[in-house]
Amino acid sequence: MILSSLVAVPLLGMIIVMFLPKDKFNAIRWTSLLISVVPMVVSMWITWDYFFNLSGTSALAYVEGPYDWIPSLNIQYYLGVDGISVPMLFLTGLLSTLSLLASFGINNRVKEYFAFFLLLEAGMMGVFVALDFFLFYVFWEIMLVPMYFLIGVWGGPRKEYAAIKFFLYTLFGSIFMLVAILIMYFTSEPHSLNMVILLDHGPTMSHTLQMVCFIFFFIAFAIKVPVWPFHTWLPDAHVEAPTAVSVILAGVLLKMGTYAMLRISWPMFPQALRDLSFWIAILGVIAIIYGALVSMAQKDLKKLVAYSSVSHMGYCMMALAAFSSVSAIAGCMFQMVSHGLITGALFLLVGVIYDRAHTREIAAFGGLGAKIPVYTGIMVMFSMAALGLPGMSGFVSEFMIFVGAFGALNKVLVGISVLGVVLGATYMLRMVQKIFLGEFNMAKWGGLTDINLREIISVAPLAVLTVAIGVYPKPLTELMTATLENLVSLMAR
Amino acid sequence: MMLPYLALAAILFSIGLFGVLTRRNTIGILMSLELMFNAVNINFVTFNKFIWTDGLVGQMFAIFIVVVAAAEAVVGLAIVLLLYRNWQGIDTDHVSVMKW
Amino acid sequence: MTEYTFLIPLLPLFAFIMIVFFTRWKEMFSALLSIAMILAAWVMSVVILIETLGRIDEPFQWAYKFVNLPNFVLEIGTLVDPLTAVMLVVVTTVGACVEIYSVGYMHNDPRFSRFFAYLSLFLFSMLGLVVANNFFMIFIFWELVGLTSYLLIGFWFEKKSAADACKKAFITTRVGDLGFLVGLFMIGIYFGTFNYGGVFEIAGSGVIPAGILTAAAIFVFCGAVGKSAQWPLHVWLPDAMEGPTPVSALIHAATMVAAGVYLVARSMPLFVTSAEASLVVAIIGLITSFMAASIGLVQNDIKRILAYSTVSQLGYMIMALGLYGYDTAQGHHSPGFYAGTFHLMTHAFFKGLLFLGAGSVIHAVHTNDIQEMGGLARKMKLTAPTFMIASLSIAGIFPLSGFWSKDEIVAAASHYPIFLIGTLAIAFMTAFYMWRLCFLTFFGEPRDQHRFDHAHESPKNMTYPLVFLAVLSICAGWVGLPWIHKGFATFVYHGEAYEPHANYLLMAISLIVGLSGIYLAYLMYYKKSISADAMAEKFKGLYKLLYNKYYFDEIYQKVVIDPVMAFAGLMWKFDANVIDGAVNGTGWLTIKWSDIKEWFDTWIVDGAVNGCGWVVRQGANILRFMQTGSMQFYALFIAVLVVLFGLYKFEVKFLKIGWPTVTIIFILGVTLLALLTRITQIKFKANRRTDGEE
Repeated sequence: MILSSLVAVPLLGMIIVMFLPKDKFNAIRWTSLLISVVPMVVSMWITWDYFFNLSGTSALAYVEGPYDWIPSLNIQYYLGVDGISVPMLFLTGLLSTLSLLASFGINNRVKEYFAFFLLLEAGMMGVFVALDFFLFYVFWEIMLVPMYFLIGVWGGPRKEYAAIKFFLYTLFGSIFMLVAILIMYFTSEPHSLNMVILLDHGPTMSHTLQMVCFIFFFIAFAIKVPVWPFHTWLPDAHVEAPTAVSVILAGVLLKMGTYAMLRISWPMFPQALRDLSFWIAILGVIAIIYGALVSMAQKDLKKLVAYSSVSHMGYCMMALAAFSSVSAIAGCMFQMVSHGLITGALFLLVGVIYDRAHTREIAAFGGLGAKIPVYTGIMVMFSMAALGLPGMSGFVSEFMIFVGAFGALNKVLVGISVLGVVLGATYMLRMVQKIFLGEFNMAKWGGLTDINLREIISVAPLAVLTVAIGVYPKPLTELMTATLENLVSLMAR
Repeated sequence: MMLPYLALAAILFSIGLFGVLTRRNTIGILMSLELMFNAVNINFVTFNKFIWTDGLVGQMFAIFIVVVAAAEAVVGLAIVLLLYRNWQGIDTDHVSVMKW
Repeated sequence: MTEYTFLIPLLPLFAFIMIVFFTRWKEMFSALLSIAMILAAWVMSVVILIETLGRIDEPFQWAYKFVNLPNFVLEIGTLVDPLTAVMLVVVTTVGACVEIYSVGYMHNDPRFSRFFAYLSLFLFSMLGLVVANNFFMIFIFWELVGLTSYLLIGFWFEKKSAADACKKAFITTRVGDLGFLVGLFMIGIYFGTFNYGGVFEIAGSGVIPAGILTAAAIFVFCGAVGKSAQWPLHVWLPDAMEGPTPVSALIHAATMVAAGVYLVARSMPLFVTSAEASLVVAIIGLITSFMAASIGLVQNDIKRILAYSTVSQLGYMIMALGLYGYDTAQGHHSPGFYAGTFHLMTHAFFKGLLFLGAGSVIHAVHTNDIQEMGGLARKMKLTAPTFMIASLSIAGIFPLSGFWSKDEIVAAASHYPIFLIGTLAIAFMTAFYMWRLCFLTFFGEPRDQHRFDHAHESPKNMTYPLVFLAVLSICAGWVGLPWIHKGFATFVYHGEAYEPHANYLLMAISLIVGLSGIYLAYLMYYKKSISADAMAEKFKGLYKLLYNKYYFDEIYQKVVIDPVMAFAGLMWKFDANVIDGAVNGTGWLTIKWSDIKEWFDTWIVDGAVNGCGWVVRQGANILRFMQTGSMQFYALFIAVLVVLFGLYKFEVKFLKIGWPTVTIIFILGVTLLALLTRITQIKFKANRRTDGEE
């Protein structure tokens, strides 16, 4: 019941919001916020309970079902979580609430906005708890709809372009996933869509079919991650999307790609994975270096952060390619969580400055450190976190990934990827220098006000978690260890 | 043996048909129809006499037809009457509005 | 007390957190809190040093598992051995002096509290680096000192030069850290642990192939190259002088830049397994030291001279350590390890003093250019003597502390002619440029009367630390006198304790070299019997080369930064045009394709549907004329049909045609009939119309 509630509460909330009067903005805002607190609290409780009571084994927890849903097609309602979905649920719950808090500035079509947002949350939660392919696919697709409207209606100047690009690109990938799902469905006997059953079915398929399914799944998930060269929807979507949507996009949606790889295509097709891991690693390394370089050339602050996402998700891909190493996979999970926190926060902060200055052009600023010290402090802190400074979560994840990948992959390749650390420092510090350091233009930015309490509240939990994970990563590793070991053994089949 | 009867019926029918097809006057058409009915009646009676001899089925049908023809004549004359009222004449040429 | 070592870094961290979140509005309270914490740390460090004196061979270790995965453990812990204990005392001593000094130096600065917060954060990081018990943890704090260095160099970030310098410092050291990181990965993979003890045990056991040991050692050394500003990554340190002077003294002279030396000393068991790696270390050290000293000869910015001096002295230490590793790897005894760490300690005191003295001078005259100073000894009664004590010490004059440590480095280099000559040349240059600085600053006639008139001695809280450090600059070296048996050499050592023995010949040579350097400076800048300008004119090319610091900045700009930026721009264009172009191109193609599809759909698919309709319509257009409206026509039609039916029924053979033909003929006939009637009816219609009009 508890997992269903994660999906059902936001859905119900959406319906409630839709019945609220259209012009009662504050009522709508607070209702949505309160509704989203419920799944957040539930997901936190799950994390808590899982950590203390269930993390010892890799068994699925809080399992619901499998109940027959469409018996003639053997489609089931089947939910459950394990060590890799629990952190994602936590992240989703937290970021959804914070993004809703950050959305209070929306004044245009408020009701629709918040309704869509809740629908989005339901979809995200669903993806992380579904254990049936049909259910998974439904949730995967259902998110596209609110996302499309959130970007397309409340976005920036090129919102339509960005929204359509995002939607079509992702849908394009989903088609491949659907085909792969159908291949698995029809080759299994009896026909099944149950992920747990198909986990054992995958390796028994013929090698060709495994390759086909793996590649099809990979395309679908790689677009979501996004893996180079499928990444170009990301900067557009990020730049055009409203702040809160960017946060969700970076914080949760990108993680669904890597999560799905870990949950589905990696353990299901270990032989194909072995054949292709080198190429996946190459894609990862290209993304790291390339994303960083492109990020360096950006003039738009938000685009810089967006491209840094490409670079950071490249670390995840490299870690996933080093599938034989528990530390690399754990690093990947860490990177997913920490990227969600850090990049989410960076987008929130970009939104803060954009709300005040109405520009995101890096060159337009300068010397803001003297005028808005608190904002500067927070922004510098997250920039440092993003470039992998120890004491923050990004460092732990990068370190684990590098060590794991160095043992499992081509050493030269990993050696090249380490360059990303320097490049990361370069683009982040250039940004910090150009915005906050140097001479302050009093005439232009004299009226700038510092970050306010609501904004601090929406960033503070992320800051606390970033530091907490960076300083004390042990709980998170312990939460995942059993699941990851099991995963690695599955991938070694 | 029955050929003369049939020939009579055929001739009668043909005359009736010709009349139906060519007469302009509606009354004339109705009269020609009666001829055709009678030709049929003759056939019925003839066949009953020479081919189907058990009972009087043919005669019975002939009588039916006479009755139906009377009823039909009533309807037909009523239509003719209406035609006359509407077109001030009973020429069939007038009654060709229901076309293409 | 030793078991509470982990508290030492936490004390300044506590100060940092308190200042940032609670007390930053109360400036003096923040400063006092910060100072109190570092003094507490200093007391603890001294106690720990005394405790460690009694347990030299049993290093204390405490560890906590930070990340615990199968086959992958990261620890946080402390290791207290003599090297750690000495470093703790050095760092806390200089740190305390600098913090007290800063109260005076930074007064009236709008970001006063923040300065102390940053200093505390730095001290936390630096002390954490020192007490670390494994490579992972040292890397964490290694990066954190980099961060605080970044924050403090850029403390006056309104100045563009400061903003540039802090970024340059961070990124340049990060390039070195990259190598360190790869070294860490190699350690993690091949050794399976990051713990110092574990790594060194495995390194010494010989199970790891020599090539990997060499590579790992060199990669770890890369970190030291970055942080200790060794060639070729030395370029950031002179620029880092844009930071406030106390910062330069603490971070960029005494402690953080010495972290690289500390790392090499700490990893010495790794270096001694590879003669090649050690030789690389020694050569880099020599090159750096020589290059920096030669640049220092001609600079005019007081802090930059000191910065190059720092680079040079660090190169000295690195060289000594490298030579030790090289000797030990080949089975020889060498004083290098002891010399390097000893010089690390003495250098921290006299270089800290030099920077603080320079800060005091700058505070007085508000310029960095020594050409605008002169004669300040008359005005600054405390700063000048202490500065000169430090200058004598760094020049290696008996019996100041620098003499003893420098002498040991010369001794370590004495087996290798190139190194010996290089070392002595550097010693000569060091003595020369330091005393050039002294003569130009404190003696002679003031070259800028206005500045001289406004110059004044600094307040007491700035001069007392100078005096304290001056005492240390004189005495700190005495713990390593070659005549005492339980001295520094038997306390901080690697492998077997080295028994120093007084080599009077070397002592004499190094003393003569130092004195002659001072004498040359005296002749050129005090007596003016040799014209400095004439010398510069005579060796113009060399002078320009040195004055422009061998053009390293320009070369890096052209060879590294510009190409990388250009490449980044190119990548961005590539991304926007090629990759995104491909995506948009796909979209465009899809749209075009759908246009074609639309045409096809309209004209072919829908055309077929409409075509059917059209045919039926046209057919009906003909056939409808059968509907003449004339009942007799219909009757005729029926009659004909009946006749035809009759023909069919009675199988008319006489026609000699099949039934389909009959049907076709019939249909044709009907059509013909319809056409005929149409023609007739048109006439009729025409008639009728006239009828209607009537």
